[in-house]
Amino acid sequence: MTHDHDDDSAHGSELSEMQLRVRAIETVLAEKGYIDPAALDMMIEAYETKIGPHNGARVVAKAWTDPPFKQALIADATRAVQSLGLIDRVGNHLIAVENTPKLHNMIVCTLCSCYPWEVLGLPPVWYKSAPYRSRAVNDPRGVLADFGLTLPADTQIRVWDSTAETRFIVVPMPPEGTEGWSEGKLAALVTRDCMVGTGLPRGPKDIA
Amino acid sequence: MDGIHDMGGMHGFGKVEPETNEPVFHAEWEGRTLAMQRAMMYAGAYNIDQMRAAIEALPPELYLSSSYYKRWALEIENLVTGLGLADADEIKTGRARDAGKPLRKLTAGEVPNVLTRGAFARQAQSPARFKIGDRVRAKNIHPPTHTRLPRYARGHVGVIEAIRGCHVFPDSSARGAGENPQWLYTMRFAGRELWGETTDPTLTVSIEAFEPYLEAAQR
Repeated sequence: MTHDHDDDSAHGSELSEMQLRVRAIETVLAEKGYIDPAALDMMIEAYETKIGPHNGARVVAKAWTDPPFKQALIADATRAVQSLGLIDRVGNHLIAVENTPKLHNMIVCTLCSCYPWEVLGLPPVWYKSAPYRSRAVNDPRGVLADFGLTLPADTQIRVWDSTAETRFIVVPMPPEGTEGWSEGKLAALVTRDCMVGTGLPRGPKDIA
Repeated sequence: MDGIHDMGGMHGFGKVEPETNEPVFHAEWEGRTLAMQRAMMYAGAYNIDQMRAAIEALPPELYLSSSYYKRWALEIENLVTGLGLADADEIKTGRARDAGKPLRKLTAGEVPNVLTRGAFARQAQSPARFKIGDRVRAKNIHPPTHTRLPRYARGHVGVIEAIRGCHVFPDSSARGAGENPQWLYTMRFAGRELWGETTDPTLTVSIEAFEPYLEAAQR
């Protein structure tokens, strides 16, 4: 069997057949008067450029440097993130969960792929994949090992299954050796994965 | 629906494979599909629960062999034809035969307003039945229609950890039976309650559980 570049389903994309099929749907829906392709262009551009984990990273960096903000974030993440003005409007029901030396949080959606889009952007393929969705709830340490992360055996692991319209973001612990760092510099350490709970923030050496 | 989408705890899917420097979209059609989905929901053609139910209704072998956005594209086809917004011939040929029903078309100017998720909290019709700390059991129910109670939680006992307000009830909304708002709780389970005594004792799992999924637990 030859490798077919058009069927790259392992990476979640299937090219030409789908390109044609989706174009047909879009044409019909536009001709019917249901959608405006120019609006679709704008939306795609926003997801490619404006909405992404850089927003969440700013939120976490702020929480690391501003204890009252962190308190407000844990109490009501929607309101706290809104107050930063990074994003025009923050979706409702955002919940921030905090890692501690004894507790590691991890986010999953076993039923589909619910994910905090406004603060993290669109979910990566692995988050939507069967291996992650099936194993996060019964073998989170195995999943973390797939990401190259091993936590102490006595760390409590808390998995949040996003089964409703509440959305979760993990507030990781700040890396050691970053005391006194500015918010901007700290934000560069905050990865997407550490806000999902499948990673830890970068350390000072990682960005040196 | 006890479908293939309800994956929590299943074995055999292998390792998680993160992709380095993953692009937002892997092909142009993925972005078009995402944007069409949002535009059609803005138009009121269907709601998010109907969307999820339509994805779950794909045949399991098709669900598993399709990428995420391919599932979306198939679901959009099924919904627009199922709702009579276009017919299968039109979708197949890529040509509309006639004008569609009047829907609220998303314009470019409105796009910034739809990038935010909707609000799902509603006015409560009655007080919450459970309070924080209550021991509750997830009911052993198997509705053939859409539900957000994962199989792995059913029949198991946990604790109410938080009350999230009264929210649109997906089980009703997906059937076009109205919002039927219900109290929503974060319900926490010990890993061993869900997966047995050989499970890592440090594991705790929570679900977001609507009140109709729950009953008071004896133990």
